Amino acid sequence: MASYTPTVSIDDPRTSTGGNGVLPPAWGGGGDNFGSPFFDMRLRRARLGLVVGLTGIAMIFISFTSAYVVRQGLPTLDPRTNVLLHDWFPVPLPRLLLINTGVLLISSVTMELARRQAGRKAALAQLAAVPGVLADADEKVSWLPLTAVLGLSFLVGQWMAWRELGANGFYVSSSPSSSFVYLLTGMHGVHLFGGVVALLTAGVASMLRRPADSQSIAVDVTGWYWHFMAFLWVYILCLLEFVH
Amino acid sequence: MGLVLLVVIWLITFISAYFFIAKTWWLPTGASAAAAGIDHHFTTTYILMGIVFVAAQVFLGLFAWKYRDRAAASPARYSHGNNTLEIVWTVLTLILFVGLNLMSSSIWASERFRSAEPGALQVEVTGMQFAWYFRYAGPDGKFGATKPELIDPSAGGESAIGLDTTDPASKDDVVTGTMYAPVNREVEVILRAHDVIHSFFVPAMRFKQDAVPGLAIHMHFTPITTGDYEVACAELCGLGHYKMHGMLKVVSQEEFDKWLAAREAEKQ
Amino acid sequence: MAGGTGGGETIMATREFAAHEAHAHAAPQGFIRKWVFSLDHKVIGLQYYFLALTAVFVGMFLSLLMRIHLIWPNAPLPLLGEIKPETYLSLLTMHGTIMVFFVLTTAPQGGFGNYFLPIQIGAADMAFPVLNMLSFWVTFIGYIVMLSAFFVVGGAPLHGWTGYPPLSALQSAGPGEGAGADLWVISIALFCVGALMSALNFITTTLDMRVKGMSMMRMPLTCWAWFITAILGLLAFGVLFSAGILLLLDRNVGTSFFVPLVVVNGQLAAHKGGSPLLWQHLFWFFGHPEVYIAILPAMGLCSQLVSVFSRKPIFGYKAMVYAILSIGLLGFMVWGHHMFMSGMSPYTAFAFSVMTMAIGVPSAIKTFNWLGTLWGGRIRFYSPMLFAIGFVSLFVSGGISGPFLAQPVLDIPLHDTYFVTGHFHLIMGVASIFGIFAATYYWFPKMFGRMMSESLARWHFWFTFIGTYAIFMPMHYLGMAGATRRYSQFTEVAYLRDLIPLQKFITYAAIVTIAGQFIFLFNLFWSMKYGKKASDNPWEATTLEWTTATPPPHDNFGGRTPVVYNGPYEYSVPGAPRDYVMQTDPSTVAAH
Repeated sequence: MASYTPTVSIDDPRTSTGGNGVLPPAWGGGGDNFGSPFFDMRLRRARLGLVVGLTGIAMIFISFTSAYVVRQGLPTLDPRTNVLLHDWFPVPLPRLLLINTGVLLISSVTMELARRQAGRKAALAQLAAVPGVLADADEKVSWLPLTAVLGLSFLVGQWMAWRELGANGFYVSSSPSSSFVYLLTGMHGVHLFGGVVALLTAGVASMLRRPADSQSIAVDVTGWYWHFMAFLWVYILCLLEFVH
Repeated sequence: MGLVLLVVIWLITFISAYFFIAKTWWLPTGASAAAAGIDHHFTTTYILMGIVFVAAQVFLGLFAWKYRDRAAASPARYSHGNNTLEIVWTVLTLILFVGLNLMSSSIWASERFRSAEPGALQVEVTGMQFAWYFRYAGPDGKFGATKPELIDPSAGGESAIGLDTTDPASKDDVVTGTMYAPVNREVEVILRAHDVIHSFFVPAMRFKQDAVPGLAIHMHFTPITTGDYEVACAELCGLGHYKMHGMLKVVSQEEFDKWLAAREAEKQ
Repeated sequence: MAGGTGGGETIMATREFAAHEAHAHAAPQGFIRKWVFSLDHKVIGLQYYFLALTAVFVGMFLSLLMRIHLIWPNAPLPLLGEIKPETYLSLLTMHGTIMVFFVLTTAPQGGFGNYFLPIQIGAADMAFPVLNMLSFWVTFIGYIVMLSAFFVVGGAPLHGWTGYPPLSALQSAGPGEGAGADLWVISIALFCVGALMSALNFITTTLDMRVKGMSMMRMPLTCWAWFITAILGLLAFGVLFSAGILLLLDRNVGTSFFVPLVVVNGQLAAHKGGSPLLWQHLFWFFGHPEVYIAILPAMGLCSQLVSVFSRKPIFGYKAMVYAILSIGLLGFMVWGHHMFMSGMSPYTAFAFSVMTMAIGVPSAIKTFNWLGTLWGGRIRFYSPMLFAIGFVSLFVSGGISGPFLAQPVLDIPLHDTYFVTGHFHLIMGVASIFGIFAATYYWFPKMFGRMMSESLARWHFWFTFIGTYAIFMPMHYLGMAGATRRYSQFTEVAYLRDLIPLQKFITYAAIVTIAGQFIFLFNLFWSMKYGKKASDNPWEATTLEWTTATPPPHDNFGGRTPVVYNGPYEYSVPGAPRDYVMQTDPSTVAAH
């Protein structure tokens, strides 16, 4: 397994470190220093964009959380008796959700493996550009398609959980708590589906032999997005299960 | 152009200020106990803010003219600012704004932080598309039950608020389309709404409060002058929002008692 | 390239870089790639601008119909016939929604920000050009969806741009609350998505793509304003999006997030337990930062223009930056001042009112600094400067009414009256529009290579400056007298009837002012073809957009990368050969 960390002296006016300086290695993660400062810049920029984007998405779920907490504690006036009623009854969550959680967490592991795998491919592709170097990946498992499959399985599992809830009489409008169960799981599912689409796109790009460094940036960003979605799911599950 | 700007800005400023000072269009005469305090603070605010308004616009116009580019002018003053000045006017502005707010807070506290006095007259005010209904509890001092299923706005009065006539406490409840209140006695309004958000606004009483479905909001005011006072709905409630108005009639205690007794008698 | 260790990598890096640059910054061919699905931030900026231009004329037309109806409620209008009360409310709702979203949140940020942020920081484009293109088209689709609400059964919704439930959540609560209201929510949700995508681009670009020498504290204040506006948008639009989803669910699948047990027209609705106040909290948590999103770019531009056209550095650059930051931060802590009368706890109201008074302080600081910039200057009254001075005047007027509304006790008589309408139109509507006009007159030469007609611009300025004061200053008097908002006519309440003469004056002023806007429209399009040819730096300004060709080439700087040596406001530097020193000028080191 190749791990490659060169030191490069460059005079690239596009960077704010100025000419003839030594660039620091790219951010975090393992095995993704490729020596090209330009690649590092693109990776850094993509990751920055992702962090900003995730902040925006986080606000959506923070608002839902706020609505959830407020609605739980909110008494409304029963016009018949003029008494303030609390009408929050938590929904018993299907056990299936725990299995789905396991699937998603495993997919997070495979996603991380895929992220590093794409990084290695890009590093080897750089080396392969040097005349006389033979670089061979020798990777046995392709982690990216596996992650996509696991992600889709999670979504199918969520759908089955919805069916189970419905069978027990809990539909989206049955009660305030059931509304939130559908809302939070649904919104998360939509965002995770977006991640699956990104994975499939990256897979297609790989098959079409797009430049390996662009691919690795795309997979890197998708990878962090995927981890965030896993974390978000655990958060939602804890909110639904423990916050009354 | 600098001179024209000065003239126009100053004219706009002074004409606007004139109508504020002359009170050509102004708050209606206050008729509640709280009005004097609110109006006094309104005056304080508008004098202080008026000074700031006039000063800022006067300086803007003045500078536009005085520092216009012309051949005889000296070069512009090269300066990136003055930290002392920044601190001074920041602190002064903070004192002005926060000071004004703290001054008003005691009035707000006395109006809203306390509930109505024990002897206050309770009136349930219900807003619905597009009318106000007022309910008095009657001699038993208790409001009877209401049921949403019984609500029938087209029938008016008791049916409009869904009064449950089987409830004994309902027997002496009086429901009217015009609100009566005795002068110099605190009124506790219990605001409700059936369908959408409305707002009970009596300008002369300096009283406004949203009526929200699902809530019963308790507020109070004390009318101190007899007379007829218009009530306007002050929260967009649908196509009839413009015609959802009512009337508050403030009368002497004797007249009020007579009026209420007459309404009770009608119920028999 | 300078020799260093790892020569092979350096060669590869350079080749890779060059190849990427050639690919990314080769000018596109073909009409579709050049003008429709362009990735060039300049084209996308123009797309946003022209979207806002059509939206503002739609919004103005709606307000014209509203004002005419108010004083002649029974008169049939040509083509539209008699306007019913519910139609008036639909016009009102759509006027507010279209103006706030598709004009004030689009032109200053999506339009001018997209065009000039990259250039002012020396970049060749935004960080993510594909995302940029997508953000425009999502916004465009949102706009089409919004307009389509007029044409469905029941027409456009009547619940105001604030969309309070239960009125907005119940299909039975009024005409227009059916499909029209659903389209309205969907359009806003799409707008939120487009805005979030755009905010992502602005923030990443500002943080990561400034050229050498362009530190954050050397950025023009326009860039600071666009940057902070984008952060506000990033944090606020997600909240509006969530509220919209909840409202759509309440409207269509029977959930009760916002709707308690209600009876509409004698019919029990199939909801219970929800809270109308929850919507208000979510909406205004977005809504208050939104008004700063609408005004901050104009404030940034005003700072730019008073400096350029007074030939003086901006007074207190650091203070201006801190003021923008404070406004951004405090802007998230004041939303409750829209809810003093809502049934919210009076203690919470008090807390919000203190924060609200506090946010007046940075705005005042900015005003003092604008005045301080004019003081001792040599003012050139070109059209951008006229609108900048007009902006300061309008900002003061609109701002002064704020402290009235910020105090809950005074909000009691003034909430939901024309006083509020006058306040926000002056400080958010008109002031921001003046910023858009100023930006147009200022940057038109750079965008189109020609000057706009100065004499037409002056006519436009006087019509608009005097006209908007004539429309909106009297609204304060109306409000103090108790004139309630969102009434479709004033015939039913006696004290409102007494105020009709003043309402008439406002309507006449509106008709004249709206007519004056066609001078601008004509000037804009006529000058594109027949305006005097513009030099690269007609205003003798110092920022980076004026160092490049007019109009800028596809990669903004024609293959070279600028290096910045100076701050953005080095005017009338003592000892300098001219009264302005470009940011890229290495020969004069200006002392701060």
